[in-house]
Amino acid sequence: MHEKTHNPLIHISKRSAMPWYTAWAIRGIALVAALVVCAIVSVIVTGEDPFQIYATIFEGSFGSSRKVWMLLQNIAILLCVALALTPAFKMRFWNLGGEGQMLVGGLATAACMILLAGKIPNWLLIVLMVAASILAGAIWGMIPAIFKAKWNTNETLFTLMMNYVATQLVAYFIILWEVPKGAGQIGIINQKTEAGWLPMLFGQKYMLNVLIVALICVAMYVYLKYSKHGYEISVVGESERTARYVGIKVGKVIIRTMLLSGALCGFAGMLLVGGTEHTLTTTITAGRGFTAVMVSWLAKFNPIWMVLTSFLIVFLSRGAGQIATNFGLSPSFADILTGVILFFIIGSEFFINYKLNFRKHEAKEG
Amino acid sequence: MKKVLALLLALVLVIGLVACGETATTETTETTETTETANNVKVGFIYLHDEQSTYDLNFMNAAKEACEKLGVEYVQKVGIPEGQECYEAAMELVDEGCNIVFADSFGHEDYMIQAAKECPDVQFCHATGTKAHTEELSNYHNAFASIYEGRYLAGIAAGMKVAEMIDNGEITAEQAKIGYVGAYTYAEVISGYTSFFLGLRSVVPEATMEVTFTGSWYDMALETEGAQKLIDDGCVLISQHADSLGAPSTCEAAGVPNVSYNGSTIAAGPNTFIVSSRINWAPYFEYIIGCVANGEAIDTDWTGTLATGSVELSEINEAVAAEGTAEAIEAAKAALEAGTLHVFDTATFTVGGETLESYTADVDTDEAYTGDTEVIADGYFHESEFRSAPYFDLQIDGITLLDTKF
Repeated sequence: MHEKTHNPLIHISKRSAMPWYTAWAIRGIALVAALVVCAIVSVIVTGEDPFQIYATIFEGSFGSSRKVWMLLQNIAILLCVALALTPAFKMRFWNLGGEGQMLVGGLATAACMILLAGKIPNWLLIVLMVAASILAGAIWGMIPAIFKAKWNTNETLFTLMMNYVATQLVAYFIILWEVPKGAGQIGIINQKTEAGWLPMLFGQKYMLNVLIVALICVAMYVYLKYSKHGYEISVVGESERTARYVGIKVGKVIIRTMLLSGALCGFAGMLLVGGTEHTLTTTITAGRGFTAVMVSWLAKFNPIWMVLTSFLIVFLSRGAGQIATNFGLSPSFADILTGVILFFIIGSEFFINYKLNFRKHEAKEG
Repeated sequence: MKKVLALLLALVLVIGLVACGETATTETTETTETTETANNVKVGFIYLHDEQSTYDLNFMNAAKEACEKLGVEYVQKVGIPEGQECYEAAMELVDEGCNIVFADSFGHEDYMIQAAKECPDVQFCHATGTKAHTEELSNYHNAFASIYEGRYLAGIAAGMKVAEMIDNGEITAEQAKIGYVGAYTYAEVISGYTSFFLGLRSVVPEATMEVTFTGSWYDMALETEGAQKLIDDGCVLISQHADSLGAPSTCEAAGVPNVSYNGSTIAAGPNTFIVSSRINWAPYFEYIIGCVANGEAIDTDWTGTLATGSVELSEINEAVAAEGTAEAIEAAKAALEAGTLHVFDTATFTVGGETLESYTADVDTDEAYTGDTEVIADGYFHESEFRSAPYFDLQIDGITLLDTKF
């Protein structure tokens, strides 16, 4: 046997906490690197000047007042889902079912809009839409929570699978409510009467959504940081055993928190269906249930930081889309750019949490 | 406080970086807004998918052809889903100075109507939609083409091929069963496969057809699966109304002849492609650009025909097509144009064993799908006359639907 141990060229070790400015410097560098790589890729493909490309990214979000509103609206919905997932994540309950919870919320909203329009006053219809969507989302979120609390099932898989059930459920109702016959789509619900459409504020379609989500954001911050529930969530997240030791009913906290998480996701579905889209499709969530996971993680589960992370993701994806439009590229190109950027941003978290140790000169050992 | 600072810092980083070359693009948007005059037409196109979809590619080619021919500026937005994104895309095109906005997919309709209501000075044109004649908006228009005539002619090519197989002893007359991959059980698809089948049966009277649906206008995997299912079921020829290359590629792999749609797919099936029918949208685009340039009103419903050059067949693949196919198609085409032949002649098909005397179709779209217009007169079903989009939704004898879940 050799006595000599092999020293790897690089080995990875966990870092102790680093000061916030170093962490943010690393994130900043990652972002710059991402933009540089995006520019290189775009220049190779389009042959345009890279500054033009950066300008186009900017134009995608700030090119006109309409674009600014679309940016805000997209941030609002994404943020709402991220806020919904956060209490569960803080509890180390990996709720990957945001998509499904939003979809059933949207389905409940659409059901109210289609079945009750014209039969009850509009204000009552909207109240019912809100209640139904929250209830539907809460039920969808609670099912995996009960299984987790009672039988310790794997919540990651369970919530994920619930997404597919929700998609099929929505697909079924689309066929049931399709107009015209056989078209496989519902179209805009109550286009003539606008029954159940959330009202415009100050003449702006998206104002109400933005304000509601801003309120939810502050409320979630307070709830997690200052309420007893918020404290219990953190303790359960840190260690279930500690939580039990101090007398917290873990099962109850899991179910209660998922009820909240699912309810808020369902509400986000209502904001989409009742507030802006006014229709129901199986793809209406546009993957936000998953993107929100990243928003929440990158912000370290802090609701206020999530405003920034959701802004960043929406800003970049809209910018990437604008590049594809302006330079006549396929929308897949936008996906490539978004992928590059996310790769760098997520990668930077690795360098914040871990340190690379390079092998010292061999000579010293000899 | 520290957190706020960090937040600001990050924001500055992001915005500062991308703001560098901002001026150039703002200028271009301004020029397009200021140079817009009555006879300066700018067209915005909204497509559901990208050029991978044969359906959207057909529109893109026509847009390019028409706009370059007339020398008008145009902007294209690709991959716009059938949702709020369509409304936003339409409004953005208006912001960019377009005075015609065109959308190509059926599900875009409601969002186009929404945009049309908000921008009365811009013309919104929509292919395959059904609502223009009931919306009463002067700036919202539907368009389609009498593609059932093109399908019928393509059906004749299919019939010639099947007849050749029977003559060569490859199959018996009882085995003359063909397959069709459809998207939805929607009138446009039903009208399409029925006219195709009637064309086939005008050559091989004993032929039957099986239809399967994918529940999507574009889904490579489902279309491949559907075509394979039909081939395994004994179908000797396949056609499709769905927009990926799923069915043509499957046919090529299995060596089963294919009659295509939206344009020639000979590249995907050099040994099996026979012919393809398609709508040529260039005449419509030229028409609407002309109308706006001259300040004339655009028809609420515009139906392109063989005569306008809107309904076309691709070049026939002589290597696969039966002998005499071109002549048979020409003869039928002349008869269709002369009005001596009608695709949906009630003497050529039965529904539930009965010849139809009368049928009220759902021309005015509503949630309950109620029939509202008598469409049978002078011995034939008057397709695409009361509105441009097809409304033939009868299940005629000889066609078996394998599934109707969509």
